[in-house]
Amino acid sequence: MSKYVVAAANEILPGQRKLVNVRGRPILIFNLDGDYFGILDRCPHQGASLCKGQLVGLVESDRPGQYNFTRNNEIIRCAWHGWEFDIRTGKSRCEPEKIKATQYNINTKTGSEIIEEAYEAETFDVAVEDNYVVVHL
Amino acid sequence: MNIQLMDRVATDQKIKLAIADCDIHPTPKSVPVEIYPYLSKRWQDYMETYGIIYRQGFPTGPAFPKGQPNAARRDAYPPGGGKPGSDLDFMRSQHLDPNNVQLGILNPLSCGQGVQNQDFSAAYCNAVNHWQIAEWTSKESRLKASLMVPYEDPSASVKEIDLWGGDSNFAQILLLSRTAEPLGQRKYWPIFEAACRANLPVAVHAFGYGGAPVTGGGWPSFYIEEMVGHAENTQSLLTSMVFEGVFERFPTLKLILVEAGFAWLPALSWRLDKLWNRMRAEIPHVTRPPSELIRQHVWLTTQPMEEPEPREHLLDTIEWIGWEKLLFATDYPHWDFDEPSRALPIRVGKEQKEAFFLKNALELYNLN
Repeated sequence: MSKYVVAAANEILPGQRKLVNVRGRPILIFNLDGDYFGILDRCPHQGASLCKGQLVGLVESDRPGQYNFTRNNEIIRCAWHGWEFDIRTGKSRCEPEKIKATQYNINTKTGSEIIEEAYEAETFDVAVEDNYVVVHL
Repeated sequence: MNIQLMDRVATDQKIKLAIADCDIHPTPKSVPVEIYPYLSKRWQDYMETYGIIYRQGFPTGPAFPKGQPNAARRDAYPPGGGKPGSDLDFMRSQHLDPNNVQLGILNPLSCGQGVQNQDFSAAYCNAVNHWQIAEWTSKESRLKASLMVPYEDPSASVKEIDLWGGDSNFAQILLLSRTAEPLGQRKYWPIFEAACRANLPVAVHAFGYGGAPVTGGGWPSFYIEEMVGHAENTQSLLTSMVFEGVFERFPTLKLILVEAGFAWLPALSWRLDKLWNRMRAEIPHVTRPPSELIRQHVWLTTQPMEEPEPREHLLDTIEWIGWEKLLFATDYPHWDFDEPSRALPIRVGKEQKEAFFLKNALELYNLN
Protein backbone atom coordinates (compact mmCIF):
# COMPACT_ATOMS: atom_id res chain seq x y z
CA MET A 1 0.00 0.00 0.00
CA SER A 2 1.40 3.40 -0.98
CA LYS A 3 0.80 6.75 0.67
CA TYR A 4 -0.02 9.94 -1.20
CA VAL A 5 -0.01 13.46 0.18
CA VAL A 6 -3.09 15.20 -1.18
CA ALA A 7 -3.50 18.37 0.87
CA ALA A 8 -2.32 20.34 3.86
CA ALA A 9 -4.59 19.61 6.82
CA ASN A 10 -5.70 23.23 7.11
CA GLU A 11 -6.98 23.15 3.54
CA ILE A 12 -9.86 20.91 4.67
CA LEU A 13 -11.30 22.29 7.90
CA PRO A 14 -14.01 20.52 9.91
CA GLY A 15 -17.21 20.42 7.85
CA GLN A 16 -15.32 20.97 4.59
CA ARG A 17 -14.58 18.63 1.72
CA LYS A 18 -12.03 18.58 -1.10
CA LEU A 19 -11.85 16.66 -4.33
CA VAL A 20 -8.36 15.29 -5.06
CA ASN A 21 -6.90 13.07 -7.73
CA VAL A 22 -4.74 10.13 -6.77
CA ARG A 23 -3.29 7.97 -9.54
CA GLY A 24 -6.15 8.95 -11.81
CA ARG A 25 -8.79 8.30 -9.19
CA PRO A 26 -10.99 11.21 -8.09
CA ILE A 27 -11.28 10.95 -4.32
CA LEU A 28 -13.48 13.15 -2.19
CA ILE A 29 -11.88 13.93 1.19
CA PHE A 30 -14.12 14.96 4.10
CA ASN A 31 -13.25 16.40 7.49
CA LEU A 32 -15.90 15.45 10.05
CA ASP A 33 -14.97 17.13 13.35
CA GLY A 34 -11.29 16.45 12.80
CA ASP A 35 -11.68 12.95 11.42
CA TYR A 36 -10.81 12.57 7.75
CA PHE A 37 -12.59 10.22 5.36
CA GLY A 38 -12.18 9.52 1.67
CA ILE A 39 -14.80 8.30 -0.81
CA LEU A 40 -14.35 7.60 -4.50
CA ASP A 41 -16.08 10.48 -6.28
CA ARG A 42 -18.35 8.21 -8.25
CA CYS A 43 -21.77 7.13 -7.06
CA PRO A 44 -21.94 3.32 -7.13
CA HIS A 45 -25.48 3.53 -8.50
CA GLN A 46 -25.11 5.29 -11.88
CA GLY A 47 -21.75 7.02 -11.65
CA ALA A 48 -22.62 10.63 -10.75
CA SER A 49 -19.98 12.79 -9.10
CA LEU A 50 -20.70 12.62 -5.35
CA CYS A 51 -18.77 15.88 -5.00
CA LYS A 52 -21.83 17.67 -6.44
CA GLY A 53 -24.09 16.11 -3.82
CA GLN A 54 -25.62 17.65 -0.75
CA LEU A 55 -24.32 17.12 2.80
CA VAL A 56 -27.25 16.11 4.95
CA GLY A 57 -27.95 14.55 8.33
CA LEU A 58 -29.42 11.19 9.15
CA VAL A 59 -33.21 11.13 9.45
CA GLU A 60 -34.58 8.03 11.14
CA SER A 61 -37.95 7.06 12.48
CA ASP A 62 -39.00 4.46 15.02
CA ARG A 63 -42.60 4.68 13.94
CA PRO A 64 -44.73 6.89 11.66
CA GLY A 65 -44.95 10.41 13.04
CA GLN A 66 -41.72 10.24 15.03
CA TYR A 67 -38.48 11.57 13.56
CA ASN A 68 -34.90 11.61 14.80
CA PHE A 69 -32.41 13.87 13.09
CA THR A 70 -28.80 13.14 13.99
CA ARG A 71 -25.29 13.22 12.54
CA ASN A 72 -25.77 16.52 10.73
CA ASN A 73 -23.53 16.80 7.63
CA GLU A 74 -22.20 13.24 7.94
CA ILE A 75 -24.22 11.87 5.02
CA ILE A 76 -23.59 12.72 1.37
CA ARG A 77 -26.74 12.66 -0.80
CA CYS A 78 -26.10 12.05 -4.51
CA ALA A 79 -26.77 14.95 -6.87
CA TRP A 80 -28.83 12.78 -9.20
CA HIS A 81 -31.06 10.14 -7.61
CA GLY A 82 -30.56 11.11 -3.98
CA TRP A 83 -28.87 7.91 -2.79
CA GLU A 84 -27.43 8.58 0.69
CA PHE A 85 -23.97 7.40 1.75
CA ASP A 86 -22.51 7.41 5.24
CA ILE A 87 -19.23 9.30 4.90
CA ARG A 88 -17.70 7.34 7.78
CA THR A 89 -18.26 3.94 6.14
CA GLY A 90 -19.15 4.61 2.52
CA LYS A 91 -22.22 2.46 2.93
CA SER A 92 -25.61 3.24 1.50
CA ARG A 93 -28.20 4.07 4.13
CA CYS A 94 -31.17 2.50 2.38
CA GLU A 95 -30.31 -1.18 2.73
CA PRO A 96 -28.01 -1.36 5.76
CA GLU A 97 -28.71 -4.99 6.71
CA LYS A 98 -27.84 -6.26 3.28
CA ILE A 99 -24.74 -4.10 3.11
CA LYS A 100 -23.48 -4.97 6.61
CA ALA A 101 -23.62 -8.60 5.68
CA THR A 102 -21.39 -8.10 2.67
CA GLN A 103 -17.60 -8.04 2.98
CA TYR A 104 -15.80 -5.89 0.45
CA ASN A 105 -13.39 -8.29 -1.16
CA ILE A 106 -11.71 -6.86 -4.22
CA ASN A 107 -9.70 -9.98 -5.07
CA THR A 108 -12.32 -12.64 -5.45
CA LYS A 109 -15.69 -11.66 -6.72
CA THR A 110 -18.73 -13.62 -7.76
CA GLY A 111 -21.57 -12.14 -9.74
CA SER A 112 -23.76 -11.85 -6.63
CA GLU A 113 -21.00 -10.10 -4.68
CA ILE A 114 -20.66 -7.57 -7.50
CA ILE A 115 -24.34 -6.74 -7.19
CA GLU A 116 -24.05 -6.28 -3.43
CA GLU A 117 -20.90 -4.21 -3.69
CA ALA A 118 -22.67 -1.98 -6.14
CA TYR A 119 -24.46 -0.40 -3.18
CA GLU A 120 -21.28 0.44 -1.29
CA ALA A 121 -19.16 3.44 -2.24
CA GLU A 122 -15.46 2.63 -2.43
CA THR A 123 -13.67 4.07 0.62
CA PHE A 124 -10.03 4.92 1.26
CA ASP A 125 -8.10 5.30 4.50
CA VAL A 126 -7.18 8.92 5.14
CA ALA A 127 -4.86 10.00 7.95
CA VAL A 128 -3.23 13.25 9.10
CA GLU A 129 0.56 12.89 9.30
CA ASP A 130 2.59 15.94 10.16
CA ASN A 131 -0.33 18.15 9.18
CA TYR A 132 -0.73 16.69 5.71
CA VAL A 133 -3.72 14.72 4.56
CA VAL A 134 -2.44 11.38 3.26
CA VAL A 135 -4.38 8.87 1.24
CA HIS A 136 -3.40 5.21 1.54
CA LEU A 137 -3.98 3.49 -1.77
CA MET B 1 -29.34 -14.20 -26.40
CA ASN B 2 -26.61 -14.24 -23.78
CA ILE B 3 -27.52 -13.09 -20.30
CA GLN B 4 -24.69 -11.69 -18.23
CA LEU B 5 -24.47 -9.34 -15.34
CA MET B 6 -22.76 -6.11 -16.24
CA ASP B 7 -19.20 -5.56 -15.18
CA ARG B 8 -19.53 -1.94 -14.11
CA VAL B 9 -15.86 -1.03 -14.47
CA ALA B 10 -15.64 -2.47 -17.96
CA THR B 11 -18.80 -0.60 -18.92
CA ASP B 12 -17.26 2.73 -17.99
CA GLN B 13 -14.28 2.10 -20.22
CA LYS B 14 -16.25 1.19 -23.32
CA ILE B 15 -16.56 3.53 -26.27
CA LYS B 16 -19.98 5.07 -26.00
CA LEU B 17 -22.72 3.81 -28.24
CA ALA B 18 -24.63 6.40 -30.28
CA ILE B 19 -28.01 6.97 -28.67
CA ALA B 20 -31.33 8.68 -29.11
CA ASP B 21 -32.58 10.50 -26.01
CA CYS B 22 -36.35 10.68 -26.32
CA ASP B 23 -36.95 12.85 -23.26
CA ILE B 24 -34.88 16.04 -22.82
CA HIS B 25 -36.39 19.00 -20.97
CA PRO B 26 -35.45 22.48 -22.20
CA THR B 27 -36.39 25.54 -20.15
CA PRO B 28 -36.39 29.21 -21.16
CA LYS B 29 -33.47 31.20 -19.72
CA SER B 30 -35.96 33.97 -19.13
CA VAL B 31 -39.63 33.98 -20.13
CA PRO B 32 -39.70 37.73 -20.94
CA VAL B 33 -36.54 37.48 -23.04
CA GLU B 34 -37.15 34.19 -24.83
CA ILE B 35 -40.94 33.66 -24.88
CA TYR B 36 -42.44 37.17 -24.97
CA PRO B 37 -41.20 37.85 -28.53
CA TYR B 38 -43.69 35.20 -29.65
CA LEU B 39 -46.56 36.27 -27.36
CA SER B 40 -48.84 39.18 -28.30
CA LYS B 41 -48.78 42.24 -26.03
CA ARG B 42 -52.25 41.22 -24.83
CA TRP B 43 -50.89 37.94 -23.40
CA GLN B 44 -47.68 39.51 -22.08
CA ASP B 45 -49.83 41.94 -20.08
CA TYR B 46 -52.10 39.13 -18.96
CA MET B 47 -49.15 37.13 -17.69
CA GLU B 48 -47.65 40.11 -15.88
CA THR B 49 -51.00 40.84 -14.23
CA TYR B 50 -52.52 37.43 -13.49
CA GLY B 51 -49.71 34.91 -14.01
CA ILE B 52 -50.25 31.32 -15.08
CA ILE B 53 -53.07 29.44 -13.35
CA TYR B 54 -52.94 25.68 -13.80
CA ARG B 55 -55.82 23.25 -13.50
CA GLN B 56 -54.89 21.99 -10.06
CA GLY B 57 -55.88 22.57 -6.45
CA PHE B 58 -52.64 24.22 -5.40
CA PRO B 59 -52.17 27.84 -6.40
CA THR B 60 -48.45 27.93 -7.12
CA GLY B 61 -45.79 25.41 -8.02
CA PRO B 62 -46.22 21.70 -8.55
CA ALA B 63 -48.75 19.74 -6.48
CA PHE B 64 -45.85 17.85 -4.87
CA PRO B 65 -42.32 19.01 -4.17
CA LYS B 66 -39.60 17.25 -6.14
CA GLY B 67 -36.72 14.90 -5.29
CA GLN B 68 -34.24 17.74 -5.89
CA PRO B 69 -34.84 21.51 -6.39
CA ASN B 70 -36.40 22.29 -9.80
CA ALA B 71 -36.64 18.47 -10.18
CA ALA B 72 -33.09 18.76 -11.50
CA ARG B 73 -29.72 17.08 -11.13
CA ARG B 74 -27.70 19.28 -8.78
CA ASP B 75 -24.82 19.27 -11.24
CA ALA B 76 -26.98 20.49 -14.16
CA TYR B 77 -27.01 24.22 -13.33
CA PRO B 78 -25.28 26.08 -16.18
CA PRO B 79 -22.06 27.77 -14.99
CA GLY B 80 -23.24 31.05 -16.55
CA GLY B 81 -26.45 31.01 -14.48
CA GLY B 82 -30.04 30.07 -15.23
CA LYS B 83 -32.07 26.95 -14.65
CA PRO B 84 -31.00 23.43 -15.65
CA GLY B 85 -31.90 22.85 -19.28
CA SER B 86 -31.74 26.54 -20.21
CA ASP B 87 -28.29 26.68 -21.83
CA LEU B 88 -27.68 24.84 -25.11
CA ASP B 89 -23.87 24.99 -24.91
CA PHE B 90 -23.89 23.49 -21.44
CA MET B 91 -26.36 20.81 -22.54
CA ARG B 92 -23.94 19.95 -25.34
CA SER B 93 -20.90 19.72 -23.07
CA GLN B 94 -22.60 17.94 -20.17
CA HIS B 95 -24.92 15.61 -22.06
CA LEU B 96 -25.17 15.58 -25.88
CA ASP B 97 -21.43 15.25 -26.60
CA PRO B 98 -20.17 12.96 -23.79
CA ASN B 99 -23.18 10.63 -24.08
CA ASN B 100 -23.01 10.57 -27.89
CA VAL B 101 -26.63 11.66 -28.35
CA GLN B 102 -27.43 11.57 -32.08
CA LEU B 103 -31.09 12.42 -31.66
CA GLY B 104 -32.60 14.36 -28.76
CA ILE B 105 -36.34 14.91 -28.44
CA LEU B 106 -37.23 18.10 -26.56
CA ASN B 107 -40.22 17.92 -24.23
CA PRO B 108 -40.88 21.35 -22.66
CA LEU B 109 -42.82 21.06 -19.39
CA SER B 110 -44.81 23.80 -17.63
CA CYS B 111 -44.78 25.60 -20.96
CA GLY B 112 -48.41 26.45 -21.70
CA GLN B 113 -50.15 23.10 -21.26
CA GLY B 114 -52.73 22.52 -18.53
CA VAL B 115 -53.33 26.26 -18.19
CA GLN B 116 -56.91 27.06 -17.17
CA ASN B 117 -57.32 30.10 -19.43
CA GLN B 118 -57.77 28.27 -22.74
CA ASP B 119 -56.90 31.21 -24.96
CA PHE B 120 -53.73 31.90 -22.95
CA SER B 121 -52.84 28.20 -23.11
CA ALA B 122 -53.13 28.27 -26.92
CA ALA B 123 -51.08 31.47 -27.23
CA TYR B 124 -48.37 30.17 -24.89
CA CYS B 125 -48.09 26.80 -26.64
CA ASN B 126 -47.71 28.61 -29.96
CA ALA B 127 -44.98 30.84 -28.48
CA VAL B 128 -43.12 27.82 -27.10
CA ASN B 129 -43.25 26.18 -30.54
CA HIS B 130 -41.56 29.24 -32.05
CA TRP B 131 -39.08 29.32 -29.14
CA GLN B 132 -38.03 25.67 -29.58
CA ILE B 133 -37.04 26.40 -33.19
CA ALA B 134 -35.39 29.76 -32.48
CA GLU B 135 -33.35 28.71 -29.44
CA TRP B 136 -32.83 24.97 -29.94
CA THR B 137 -33.49 23.10 -33.19
CA SER B 138 -32.21 25.85 -35.52
CA LYS B 139 -28.94 25.91 -33.53
CA GLU B 140 -28.50 22.17 -32.93
CA SER B 141 -29.43 19.67 -35.64
CA ARG B 142 -29.36 16.73 -33.21
CA LEU B 143 -32.39 18.14 -31.42
CA LYS B 144 -36.03 17.85 -32.50
CA ALA B 145 -38.93 19.77 -30.99
CA SER B 146 -42.29 18.59 -29.67
CA LEU B 147 -45.35 20.30 -31.05
CA MET B 148 -47.04 21.82 -28.00
CA VAL B 149 -50.83 21.87 -28.14
CA PRO B 150 -53.39 23.26 -25.65
CA TYR B 151 -54.98 19.81 -25.43
CA GLU B 152 -58.01 20.78 -23.31
CA ASP B 153 -59.14 22.84 -26.31
CA PRO B 154 -59.02 20.33 -29.16
CA SER B 155 -60.07 22.76 -31.90
CA ALA B 156 -57.23 25.14 -30.94
CA SER B 157 -54.92 22.12 -30.81
CA VAL B 158 -55.91 21.09 -34.33
CA LYS B 159 -55.23 24.64 -35.53
CA GLU B 160 -51.72 24.46 -34.04
CA ILE B 161 -51.04 21.03 -35.55
CA ASP B 162 -52.24 22.13 -38.99
CA LEU B 163 -50.09 25.26 -38.71
CA TRP B 164 -46.85 23.30 -38.20
CA GLY B 165 -47.68 20.00 -39.92
CA GLY B 166 -44.84 19.00 -42.25
CA ASP B 167 -42.27 21.19 -40.47
CA SER B 168 -39.27 18.94 -39.91
CA ASN B 169 -38.29 20.74 -36.70
CA PHE B 170 -41.07 18.80 -34.96
CA ALA B 171 -40.84 15.07 -34.26
CA GLN B 172 -44.04 14.54 -32.30
CA ILE B 173 -47.11 16.14 -30.73
CA LEU B 174 -46.84 16.46 -26.94
CA LEU B 175 -49.60 15.96 -24.38
CA LEU B 176 -49.38 15.48 -20.62
CA SER B 177 -50.88 12.40 -18.98
CA ARG B 178 -53.18 14.08 -16.49
CA THR B 179 -55.91 15.42 -18.72
CA ALA B 180 -59.26 16.79 -17.51
CA GLU B 181 -61.06 13.71 -18.86
CA PRO B 182 -59.76 10.22 -19.65
CA LEU B 183 -57.69 10.67 -22.79
CA GLY B 184 -59.60 8.18 -24.96
CA GLN B 185 -62.84 10.17 -24.73
CA ARG B 186 -64.21 11.71 -27.90
CA LYS B 187 -63.44 15.26 -26.84
CA TYR B 188 -59.78 14.57 -27.69
CA TRP B 189 -60.34 12.74 -30.99
CA PRO B 190 -59.78 15.79 -33.22
CA ILE B 191 -56.19 15.89 -31.87
CA PHE B 192 -55.61 12.25 -32.85
CA GLU B 193 -57.16 12.83 -36.25
CA ALA B 194 -54.89 15.84 -36.90
CA ALA B 195 -51.85 13.88 -35.68
CA CYS B 196 -52.55 11.16 -38.25
CA ARG B 197 -53.03 13.81 -40.94
CA ALA B 198 -49.66 15.39 -40.03
CA ASN B 199 -48.08 11.92 -39.77
CA LEU B 200 -46.74 12.73 -36.29
CA PRO B 201 -46.75 10.39 -33.28
CA VAL B 202 -48.57 11.59 -30.16
CA ALA B 203 -46.33 11.51 -27.08
CA VAL B 204 -47.96 11.59 -23.66
CA HIS B 205 -45.54 12.63 -20.93
CA ALA B 206 -46.28 11.81 -17.29
CA PHE B 207 -47.41 14.76 -15.10
CA GLY B 208 -49.89 17.47 -15.93
CA TYR B 209 -52.81 19.28 -14.45
CA GLY B 210 -56.08 17.40 -14.83
CA GLY B 211 -57.55 18.65 -11.58
CA ALA B 212 -58.08 15.08 -10.33
CA PRO B 213 -55.73 13.30 -7.88
CA VAL B 214 -52.84 11.33 -9.40
CA THR B 215 -54.24 8.14 -7.87
CA GLY B 216 -57.70 6.62 -8.14
CA GLY B 217 -57.91 6.74 -4.34
CA GLY B 218 -57.38 10.43 -3.60
CA TRP B 219 -54.51 12.80 -2.93
CA PRO B 220 -51.45 10.97 -1.52
CA SER B 221 -49.23 12.45 1.20
CA PHE B 222 -45.80 12.07 -0.37
CA TYR B 223 -43.88 12.91 -3.55
CA ILE B 224 -42.78 9.27 -3.69
CA GLU B 225 -46.44 8.32 -4.11
CA GLU B 226 -46.84 10.78 -6.96
CA MET B 227 -43.83 9.15 -8.65
CA VAL B 228 -45.59 5.77 -8.42
CA GLY B 229 -48.91 7.33 -9.42
CA HIS B 230 -47.64 8.25 -12.89
CA ALA B 231 -47.67 4.57 -13.85
CA GLU B 232 -51.20 4.12 -12.49
CA ASN B 233 -52.40 7.27 -14.20
CA THR B 234 -50.85 6.25 -17.53
CA GLN B 235 -52.45 2.81 -17.33
CA SER B 236 -55.81 4.53 -16.96
CA LEU B 237 -55.31 6.71 -20.02
CA LEU B 238 -54.16 3.75 -22.10
CA THR B 239 -57.16 1.70 -20.97
CA SER B 240 -59.41 4.59 -21.94
CA MET B 241 -57.83 4.86 -25.40
CA VAL B 242 -58.20 1.11 -26.01
CA PHE B 243 -61.80 0.77 -24.86
CA GLU B 244 -63.09 4.03 -26.32
CA GLY B 245 -61.94 2.69 -29.68
CA VAL B 246 -59.30 5.33 -30.48
CA PHE B 247 -57.00 2.80 -32.16
CA GLU B 248 -59.89 1.34 -34.17
CA ARG B 249 -60.98 4.79 -35.32
CA PHE B 250 -57.42 6.02 -36.11
CA PRO B 251 -55.57 2.99 -37.47
CA THR B 252 -52.38 4.93 -38.24
CA LEU B 253 -52.10 6.58 -34.81
CA LYS B 254 -48.76 6.11 -33.03
CA LEU B 255 -48.79 6.66 -29.26
CA ILE B 256 -45.63 7.15 -27.17
CA LEU B 257 -45.91 6.89 -23.37
CA VAL B 258 -43.13 8.96 -21.81
CA GLU B 259 -41.66 8.62 -18.30
CA ALA B 260 -44.34 6.37 -16.89
CA GLY B 261 -42.36 3.12 -16.64
CA PHE B 262 -43.07 0.07 -18.80
CA ALA B 263 -42.95 -3.10 -16.66
CA TRP B 264 -46.66 -2.76 -15.92
CA LEU B 265 -47.62 -3.10 -19.59
CA PRO B 266 -47.69 -6.93 -19.78
CA ALA B 267 -49.87 -7.27 -16.66
CA LEU B 268 -52.23 -4.51 -17.81
CA SER B 269 -52.55 -6.11 -21.24
CA TRP B 270 -53.35 -9.52 -19.73
CA ARG B 271 -56.11 -7.98 -17.64
CA LEU B 272 -57.54 -6.01 -20.56
CA ASP B 273 -57.57 -9.13 -22.76
CA LYS B 274 -59.24 -11.20 -20.08
CA LEU B 275 -62.02 -8.68 -19.55
CA TRP B 276 -62.43 -8.08 -23.28
CA ASN B 277 -63.03 -11.82 -23.75
CA ARG B 278 -65.90 -11.66 -21.30
CA MET B 279 -67.44 -8.23 -21.88
CA ARG B 280 -66.78 -7.66 -25.54
CA ALA B 281 -70.46 -6.89 -26.15
CA GLU B 282 -70.24 -3.76 -23.98
CA ILE B 283 -67.65 -2.34 -26.38
CA PRO B 284 -68.31 -4.03 -29.75
CA HIS B 285 -66.30 -1.30 -31.50
CA VAL B 286 -63.14 -2.93 -30.07
CA THR B 287 -62.79 -5.73 -32.59
CA ARG B 288 -59.36 -7.06 -31.64
CA PRO B 289 -57.77 -8.10 -28.31
CA PRO B 290 -56.43 -5.05 -26.45
CA SER B 291 -52.92 -6.53 -26.36
CA GLU B 292 -52.88 -6.61 -30.18
CA LEU B 293 -53.95 -2.97 -30.41
CA ILE B 294 -51.31 -1.97 -27.87
CA ARG B 295 -48.56 -3.87 -29.69
CA GLN B 296 -49.49 -2.17 -32.95
CA HIS B 297 -49.93 1.38 -31.70
CA VAL B 298 -47.90 1.97 -28.51
CA TRP B 299 -44.23 2.77 -27.85
CA LEU B 300 -42.74 3.56 -24.43
CA THR B 301 -39.69 5.52 -23.30
CA THR B 302 -37.38 3.74 -20.87
CA GLN B 303 -36.65 6.24 -18.13
CA PRO B 304 -37.07 5.78 -15.21
CA MET B 305 -35.69 2.35 -15.99
CA GLU B 306 -37.16 -0.61 -14.16
CA GLU B 307 -34.62 -2.21 -11.78
CA PRO B 308 -35.97 -5.67 -10.79
CA GLU B 309 -34.08 -8.24 -8.75
CA PRO B 310 -33.16 -10.64 -10.20
CA ARG B 311 -32.28 -8.43 -13.14
CA GLU B 312 -33.06 -11.15 -15.68
CA HIS B 313 -36.77 -10.48 -15.12
CA LEU B 314 -36.24 -7.25 -17.04
CA LEU B 315 -35.52 -9.34 -20.14
CA ASP B 316 -38.77 -11.28 -19.80
CA THR B 317 -40.66 -8.00 -19.52
CA ILE B 318 -38.97 -6.38 -22.51
CA GLU B 319 -39.36 -9.48 -24.64
CA TRP B 320 -43.11 -9.49 -23.97
CA ILE B 321 -43.41 -5.80 -24.86
CA GLY B 322 -41.05 -6.13 -27.84
CA TRP B 323 -37.49 -4.80 -28.15
CA GLU B 324 -38.70 -2.66 -31.06
CA LYS B 325 -41.24 -0.80 -28.88
CA LEU B 326 -38.90 0.81 -26.34
CA LEU B 327 -37.25 4.21 -26.87
CA PHE B 328 -34.25 5.10 -24.74
CA ALA B 329 -34.55 8.30 -22.72
CA THR B 330 -32.50 9.99 -19.99
CA ASP B 331 -34.86 12.75 -18.75
CA TYR B 332 -31.92 15.21 -18.78
CA PRO B 333 -31.54 17.48 -16.81
CA HIS B 334 -33.96 16.09 -14.24
CA TRP B 335 -32.85 14.41 -11.04
CA ASP B 336 -34.03 10.94 -12.02
CA PHE B 337 -31.76 11.01 -15.10
CA ASP B 338 -30.79 7.57 -16.45
CA GLU B 339 -27.08 7.42 -17.32
CA PRO B 340 -26.89 5.68 -20.73
CA SER B 341 -23.99 3.33 -19.91
CA ARG B 342 -25.59 2.25 -16.61
CA ALA B 343 -29.29 2.34 -17.36
CA LEU B 344 -29.69 -1.12 -18.88
CA PRO B 345 -28.45 -3.36 -16.05
CA ILE B 346 -28.10 -6.48 -18.18
CA ARG B 347 -25.96 -7.39 -21.14
CA VAL B 348 -27.98 -8.02 -24.29
CA GLY B 349 -27.25 -8.83 -27.94
CA LYS B 350 -25.91 -6.17 -30.29
CA GLU B 351 -29.09 -6.03 -32.35
CA GLN B 352 -31.34 -5.49 -29.34
CA LYS B 353 -28.96 -2.93 -27.88
CA GLU B 354 -28.81 -0.85 -31.06
CA ALA B 355 -32.58 -0.99 -31.45
CA PHE B 356 -33.16 -0.04 -27.82
CA PHE B 357 -30.71 2.86 -27.76
CA LEU B 358 -31.12 4.36 -31.24
CA LYS B 359 -32.76 2.56 -34.14
CA ASN B 360 -36.28 2.29 -32.73
CA ALA B 361 -36.41 6.06 -32.35
CA LEU B 362 -34.97 6.78 -35.81
CA GLU B 363 -37.56 4.48 -37.36
CA LEU B 364 -40.51 5.75 -35.36
CA TYR B 365 -39.68 9.38 -36.14
CA ASN B 366 -38.90 8.61 -39.82
CA LEU B 367 -35.33 9.91 -39.44
CA ASN B 368 -33.48 7.05 -41.11
